[in-house]
Amino acid sequence: MSTTELRRPIPQLLTDHIDKPRTTKKWLDWVTTTDHKKIGIMYLVLTFVFFIMGGTEALMIRSQLAVPNNTLISGEHYNMLITLHGTTMIFLFVVPVMAGFGNYFVPLMIGARDMAFPRLNALSFWLLALGGIVFYMTLFWKPPEAGWWSYPPLSSIQYSTSGGQDAWIFLIHLTGISSLVGAINFYVTIVNMRAPGMTWGRMPLFVWSILIYAVLLIIALPVIAAAVTMLLTDRHFGTHFFDPTFHGSPVLWENLFWFFGHPEVYIMILPGFGMISEVLPVFARKPIFGYKAIAASTIVIAFLSALVWAHHLFTAPLPVVVLGFFMLSSFLIGIPTGVKIFNWVGTLWRGSLVMTASLYWAIGFIFIFLIGGITGIFLAVFPVDWELNDTYFVVAHFHYVLMGGAVFSIMAGIYYWYPKMTGRLCSERLGKASFWVSFIGFNMTFFVQHALGLSGMPRRIYTYQPGLGWSTYNLISTIGSYILAIGLLMSFINFARSYKTGKIAGPDPWKANTLEWFTTSPPPVNNFDEIPYVRSVEPMKDIRREIEINTGVIPDYAGAEQFTRAPH
Amino acid sequence: MPRALTNARSLSQILRSRRFRTLAIFATVLGGALLSSSPAMANCCQIKAGGSPNANSIHTLYNIVFGIAIFVFLAVDGVLIYCVFKFRANKYPHPLQTHGNTKVELGLTASAALILVILAVATFVELPSIINPPNSDTGAASVLSASLTAPEPPSGKSLTVCVTARQFIWRYTYGAQCNLSSWADRLPYSYQEMEVPSGVTVDLVIQSIDVIHSWWIPRLGGKVDAVPGFTTYTWFKALHAGQTYLGQCAQLCGREHAFMTAEVKVVTPVQYTSWLNRQAVLIADQNYQVPELRAELIKDQQLTSNGIF
Repeated sequence: MSTTELRRPIPQLLTDHIDKPRTTKKWLDWVTTTDHKKIGIMYLVLTFVFFIMGGTEALMIRSQLAVPNNTLISGEHYNMLITLHGTTMIFLFVVPVMAGFGNYFVPLMIGARDMAFPRLNALSFWLLALGGIVFYMTLFWKPPEAGWWSYPPLSSIQYSTSGGQDAWIFLIHLTGISSLVGAINFYVTIVNMRAPGMTWGRMPLFVWSILIYAVLLIIALPVIAAAVTMLLTDRHFGTHFFDPTFHGSPVLWENLFWFFGHPEVYIMILPGFGMISEVLPVFARKPIFGYKAIAASTIVIAFLSALVWAHHLFTAPLPVVVLGFFMLSSFLIGIPTGVKIFNWVGTLWRGSLVMTASLYWAIGFIFIFLIGGITGIFLAVFPVDWELNDTYFVVAHFHYVLMGGAVFSIMAGIYYWYPKMTGRLCSERLGKASFWVSFIGFNMTFFVQHALGLSGMPRRIYTYQPGLGWSTYNLISTIGSYILAIGLLMSFINFARSYKTGKIAGPDPWKANTLEWFTTSPPPVNNFDEIPYVRSVEPMKDIRREIEINTGVIPDYAGAEQFTRAPH
Repeated sequence: MPRALTNARSLSQILRSRRFRTLAIFATVLGGALLSSSPAMANCCQIKAGGSPNANSIHTLYNIVFGIAIFVFLAVDGVLIYCVFKFRANKYPHPLQTHGNTKVELGLTASAALILVILAVATFVELPSIINPPNSDTGAASVLSASLTAPEPPSGKSLTVCVTARQFIWRYTYGAQCNLSSWADRLPYSYQEMEVPSGVTVDLVIQSIDVIHSWWIPRLGGKVDAVPGFTTYTWFKALHAGQTYLGQCAQLCGREHAFMTAEVKVVTPVQYTSWLNRQAVLIADQNYQVPELRAELIKDQQLTSNGIF
């Protein structure tokens, strides 16, 4: 009975021919593709290009702040840089990179042959590219300089006269439509196209996180789309939504922006949580601890994330009772986040840890994200926030959550899935070295920024005077940022080099749990010839066990056995 | 049971191992150095306070959060690091095939919730001393006036200073009803440096005339945004005469945001009164000189009669 669903255990090996390609021109094939895997790869490559651009801007910011009274960059250019850096990292890197992972792996993990709407999928990628181009074209005249929040009146036509601010608005519109289209696509795909037997309770946690990511995008994006449209009409068509001289309200913008902005934080980090929840059980060689609790906490976080936006406005003109409400709701979100961290540590507890580069990044993620979560509690206590808001403490906090949280989980995800995407293994040694350099650089850069904030340095100032107790911390931070950049560069080199020279990975180098490892690496165009019946949250474990029972042989893992030597 | 025994034995082995000892010594030295040298501690890990009772209350609240934070950090990351060293595949080849433990799960969730309840209670206990101004010291009554604006100390008497933000400077207007424009022109004012008497509750009425700014003197309490179209309030009661407190605008307000600094100079009430009088005389004098100077410049044809260069 238990074996009837699996007449052909590894059907991919039977794939003996591929249909004639649509075109012989490779670039034309990429540009016109609707294959979710190719679109996923294009997403990842494009967003990493933006990551490098945003990172370069960050290095320029840190170079300017290295010493007091530095004149490397003027106030005008500094404000442009922080606006470019923040906008790029959020709208052009972290949000779309998650869509890239989702594109590639959601259909594979749920046993589908593509996304529900392949052409919409291509549309969402090209809209993202267009948004990035529109935004970065401003480099040739005047980039926006009102910060990535673009608070009016600073972003109004009176104080930001250049078209850079309008380019920012169109970036939000284009990437917003891109994400909305993508989110609907993910939602429909996940709800309708799961493999037979994959009930909600057997869905991989990464797919859960992408589902919730999609729902949050659908909730949050219309709000920012409306807000930036209002800003655009304020700037050019004579409305006064945010203009105080005509009884408009800048606080309205703050509310609208952060009503989008806080769910956005979870949009950026939830898929990272999902990747960590995939990586840990594979390399701890035990099932995820508390599957239901992790899935449920994702939903609870998403629900609460729409109720906490005003904790960004603790210093704005709001009544104390409102501040109290938002403090308590922000506290509440700490509970499901805590549940996740407990379950991850629970997954490692009494596991049998195979220390791959991916696991290094994943454990580094938990370590760093915990610090970011704890400093979040400081900021949720609103009287304490009155002292810490808009200082480097906040900068440290959200870089611990987004740089240390999202980026470390992205790196864990890439090291984990690189063999699947390219068919080759990365250098583990270089991956681990890259982790240690990045980890040290990261903490050097951002840990001292807590101290900077506590000693009174506001964020977004382009220079500072000596003698305020900030100089040493800033220098440490700047040196750290260069170390971090070297660390990440080592990984980029690793990815580039292994693409041609890495060891052949085979279909399932890690002995992983989910369906993407059922097919070849890289997967064929149709993903699966035959879609297996899913009987648990770890279908590959079931399949491997069956093969072993049926054949009595442990299959060959194509040179990757060194990672899977953990005894049974 | 045998496995539990193995665990216990290996736990004690770990405690005796050289790596653990090195780590423990390192942590103790680092922690001890931080804790024992209080100036270093104050510099790196403490909120700036000491100038005003509200800042001191925020500092107390911060310390409560800080203590709990250190505890949570050590507990969770401690277990994480323990796992990484203990449960390596080569040392611990038999992973426990468990799917979860509802009791542990609920227990940890409840303890997280409990910590947050403690924090919420602590905040609401400290809150009144942060948002409600106290009475001024006796003996400072000469400079006080009744204020029409919130927040008020119990006696209803405080010193009102209007803080008006613009790109990229702070203006302070001294005296009640300073936010009414008909009055503001007749009151003494100063830019960038605010002069205040010690022991007096100072009510700040904060407004902006262009973009959003944020008023912040770290040692005198939390920051308050200056939003055009809105009036916001805060207060402080400077405890020590002779001190000068530095701060600067905390909300991005344009290209020279970095140079929008503020100073609060605390003097005795008597010095404050004489400073205020002197400032009023200086302002009156200059108001008199400006039209004269203008007339002269127009006569020299350096200005047109409309006052344009």
